[in-house]
Amino acid sequence: MTEATLVQAVNRALHTAMAADPEVLLLGEDIGVNGGVFRATEGLLKEFGADRVIDTPLSETGIIGTAVGMALYGLKPVAEIQFLDFIYPGFDQIVSELAKFRYRSGGQYPCHVVIRTPYGGGIKGGLYHSQSTEAYFAHTAGLKVVVPSTPADAYGLLLSAIFDPDPVIFLEPKRIYRSVSGEIPEGDHREPIGKARIVREGTDVSVFAYGAMIPPATEACQSLEGEGISAELVDLRTLSPVDSPAVIASVEKTGRAVIVHEAARFCGYGAEIAAILADKAFYSLKAPIARVTGFDTPFPYALENLYLPNAARIRQSVLDTVRAA
Amino acid sequence: MLLARAFDERCLTLQRQGRIGFYVPAMGQEAAQIGCGWALDPADWLFPAYRELGLALTRGVTLDELLCQFFGNAQDRLKGRQMPNHYGYRDRNFVVGSSPIGTQIIQAVGAAMAARRRGDAIVTIPFFGDGATSSNDFHAGLNFAGVFRVPTIFFCQNNEWAISLPRSRQTAAKTLAEKGGAYGVPGEVVDGNDVHQVFRAVRTARARAIAGDGPTLIEAQVYRLGPHSTSDDPRRYRSDAELAEWKQKDPIGRLKHELLDAGAWTEEQDAALLEEVRGEVAQALARTETVGPADPTSFLDDVYATRTPALDEQRHYLEEMLKAGMVRQ
Ligand SMILES: Cc1ncc(C[n+]2csc(CCOP(=O)(O)OP(=O)(O)O)c2C)c(N)n1
Ligand SMILES: [Mg+2]
Repeated sequence: MTEATLVQAVNRALHTAMAADPEVLLLGEDIGVNGGVFRATEGLLKEFGADRVIDTPLSETGIIGTAVGMALYGLKPVAEIQFLDFIYPGFDQIVSELAKFRYRSGGQYPCHVVIRTPYGGGIKGGLYHSQSTEAYFAHTAGLKVVVPSTPADAYGLLLSAIFDPDPVIFLEPKRIYRSVSGEIPEGDHREPIGKARIVREGTDVSVFAYGAMIPPATEACQSLEGEGISAELVDLRTLSPVDSPAVIASVEKTGRAVIVHEAARFCGYGAEIAAILADKAFYSLKAPIARVTGFDTPFPYALENLYLPNAARIRQSVLDTVRAA
Repeated sequence: MLLARAFDERCLTLQRQGRIGFYVPAMGQEAAQIGCGWALDPADWLFPAYRELGLALTRGVTLDELLCQFFGNAQDRLKGRQMPNHYGYRDRNFVVGSSPIGTQIIQAVGAAMAARRRGDAIVTIPFFGDGATSSNDFHAGLNFAGVFRVPTIFFCQNNEWAISLPRSRQTAAKTLAEKGGAYGVPGEVVDGNDVHQVFRAVRTARARAIAGDGPTLIEAQVYRLGPHSTSDDPRRYRSDAELAEWKQKDPIGRLKHELLDAGAWTEEQDAALLEEVRGEVAQALARTETVGPADPTSFLDDVYATRTPALDEQRHYLEEMLKAGMVRQ
């Protein structure tokens, strides 16, 4: 065990995977000499060389298309997209190609690429360095979507992603890259994809969140203890495939649900969780399902603190839900 | 050029002091931008990226306007929506930019087609860097421009770096200008540190475009003297020696010496001008820093032409949260 921040955990996981398997290689913009604009790949060029840590020209379709080709040939490429907001020039390669190779070839061509990319607001990044558009990817069959919220999960889930047989979109909450730190394991210790994690147990209400929303959700749940409310916090960790059994079991226990994400509300990922609960836990529900989300606007610059859900908004929503019935 | 440099220097300090959130300096690219800006007509449509300070000044954008945008305050015409440097002013035909690299290049082609259809004798000019020549929309833009023979001047500022990637690793082509050839768009390399050369090249390209002779790709060779942005540390990837070499070619020093040599300028005048522009910057800062913040619910406007019922409901919710002190700017 060593102590690491979330971004250091990403770095260590890349290191572990590259040391374990020569077929793992990285490509992206500014990931070599510069070590990535967030320093996620710091030191890896020096250790593994320029043919495994590849600084590419400025082209996301180039990065992802190349990774797809490498994966078809059997390598395990890990692509870095500098910000999730800049992934769209490569969206065609993701949605039309990466996600569909296995399917369209009747299983002949698995295409296993990991795309790591920082997402989310809270860093004064304005419209194009803040978005949380996980729903586009979760909506696409064939992709797995993973969002860690702790260094240990970032480490273990990234290792799982790199050795997973399917393509994985690995969304890193940049706002907490350095603000959370914790123990990470050493060596090839993998955390399974597709499993939610109970952050804290509770009996009155279930709060579902992921990524950078875990810290404010934790704060909200803790502060409700004083009100005599026992809130369970579930970190979804994998958005696709979603851990439905964990989501349902929690609400069967508590009878109430509050879903938190920083992405816009309309057609946001929370709608899927609400639908799962309406389908499968309807008779356990004592109160309407609530969502605490970003607003249905592009992500603003100067007023970002008003846009992003915070502990107070989450707390209020949980209170309202518990008091509703 | 001096005003742009003085403003850049002040803004870098403001960012370091935490008074603005972020900044992208244009240092080293003043001659290219200002030479280009002066060669154009005010009716011509500019499609900037995020490093076009000098260009904005040629359009009469004021320091106050720029600073209000950086502060995202109540007088920011963009209503605090965008990061610093991502400004736009419709009345100056200065189209508001975005961060995703290259997207404006093809849009300028569409605007040129529209202007031609309306019978307006204008050109459109996308501004972009060496890195942007690898983007999808650079290739789409040049291809469409060639096919439709549009009145567009593609103005590429090759400042040798795309964050940490040197120009030599961006493309195996010898010049960026030669990329036009494959699309049937004439390309030309100019010394972007020479304000006259840039001016002449843009003038010529503009005349061709207006005459119906189609687009031109201009590669202005410059150097990014500062960091990519205030989030960047160029010492990680480029040498002091390289920087020192390019500093010798600083476009401002070059113009000054040219004028001194021609007897058209004196050291005293130069010092006075420097003092004057620094004063202008200080005054603009004093006027704008005290402006109040953007209206807290304003970020819910302009999503659509009229607000949707869902957005009305969200505004109501936000107002409640503000009243209860549960959210703060
Ligand atoms: C599509 C996209 N990918 C990545 C980025 C991140 N990024 C911002 S600026 C930049 C380099 C741009 O270089 P260049 O085009 O040469 O312009 P310069 O910054 O040198 O003026 C990169 C990679 C981005 N903004 N958009
Ligand atoms: Mg450049």
